[in-house]
Amino acid sequence: MTGIGLTAPNGNNLHEFRSALLECRSGVKHSEIRYMGTQVAGLCDFDEFKYQSKKLRRRGTRAGSISIYCANEAIADSGLNWESVDKSMVGVYLGITEHGNVETENEIFDMHQNNLDWKLWSPHHNPRTVANSPAGEVTLNLNITGPHYTLGSACAGGNVGIIQGVQQLLLDEVDIALVGGVSESPQTFGIFAAFAAQGALAHHQAAELASRPLDKNRNGIAISEGGCIYVLERLSSAKARGAKIYGEIVGWAINSDATDFVNPNPERQVQCMHKAIKRAGLTIHDIDIVNMHATGTGAGDVSESKAVRDAFHGATNTFVNFTKGHIGHCMGAAGSLELAGNLPSFDDGVVHPGMNVTELDPECAIPNLVYNKPHRAGKVNTILNNSFGMLGINSALIVKKYIS
Amino acid sequence: MTGSNVRQIVIDIISDIAPDEDVTSLDDNKSLREQLDLDSMDFLDIVMELRKRHKVEVPQEDYPKLATLQSCVSYLSPKFA
Repeated sequence: MTGIGLTAPNGNNLHEFRSALLECRSGVKHSEIRYMGTQVAGLCDFDEFKYQSKKLRRRGTRAGSISIYCANEAIADSGLNWESVDKSMVGVYLGITEHGNVETENEIFDMHQNNLDWKLWSPHHNPRTVANSPAGEVTLNLNITGPHYTLGSACAGGNVGIIQGVQQLLLDEVDIALVGGVSESPQTFGIFAAFAAQGALAHHQAAELASRPLDKNRNGIAISEGGCIYVLERLSSAKARGAKIYGEIVGWAINSDATDFVNPNPERQVQCMHKAIKRAGLTIHDIDIVNMHATGTGAGDVSESKAVRDAFHGATNTFVNFTKGHIGHCMGAAGSLELAGNLPSFDDGVVHPGMNVTELDPECAIPNLVYNKPHRAGKVNTILNNSFGMLGINSALIVKKYIS
Repeated sequence: MTGSNVRQIVIDIISDIAPDEDVTSLDDNKSLREQLDLDSMDFLDIVMELRKRHKVEVPQEDYPKLATLQSCVSYLSPKFA
């Protein structure tokens, strides 16, 4: 991992994001949602026109705009001489939770404002809503001629995009992979209404307190947008050009619960984490930080807490944190953003805390859980990042500090 | 509605569709595509906005009549009458 570009509800680059995580600054605010009125949501305030013209922003989507910002920031951060890079050997692999709902909702709304005149349906609907759209916008913006596609993987998307990139590098399909996840979810009302219908939509008079994973009084998910894209290259190429190496991806796993549409299965989550650790050639005792998926729902947090307790039973030096208290649930971007928030631990040895735990749910108690204030672990060499999604998709990714 | 009103309606729509473009010094007799970074999708947007904002319909066979500002005014003015 040699470059990082991100936008989160509480930061538009890694430095801002990491500071917000350590200082427990939330990015969740109140926002007006069509039909539903005031809800909590995490929105990003990056400069949409830093790398994109107004016309092309208008033609594309919010997810595309987020992707373009993050991809450009990641390339700049990587120190690559972009002009001399062979663009046919660059791939773009982005995880998404869903795509197209924003445009479809907007157009149907618009049609209803215009006497159901279907001829007003936008000619841009199809290119905006095809599932590869956010990754495709990146290739158009950066003149990349290698492969691009998105990975539809619910809220595991951020990890799944990274894993896809690693696999394509290992297959020699590409030399550079732009990977991660993006989300434009809070631009729709449907996702808010659906979580409300499930009784899983976060709410609180103080918006910054609404997202409270593992707290006894948590009441659901704060829906957020965001993006995080990494430059991945093979270690040999990173070393050859003397690149700054954020970390080395050493283990990963994706599996399926085969249990339920929405309810998780802790046994499968344990299997997923153990499979990733085994692939990395490590043991549970080698993992210094576990970043939980922890969304703030009643069932989800209990299930994952049990899974982490079981998976790391006896690993006394493994610290556990979570990130959605700060930023809400960034959906397809969650996995890649939360990993980025933890990577600076390799340098500063500090584990950022999960925030908004007033009273820890006893069912969510985990040994070495870091919440409300940062923990100085001293040495952090290995991070395991969990990201889970609906239909029972689980993912775990392991990144190791690179020591030359 | 005068020709200059119709001209302004078209310019307002172009400004929204292509906000990066300078529309203050357009030559009315020159092709819009020669003067501005517009492609076929942008012309579809212009047609769409005419329909949405002004209930003016432009059938597909008439799209070439939107080539210059002058031809827009000539073609659209009767529709705004």
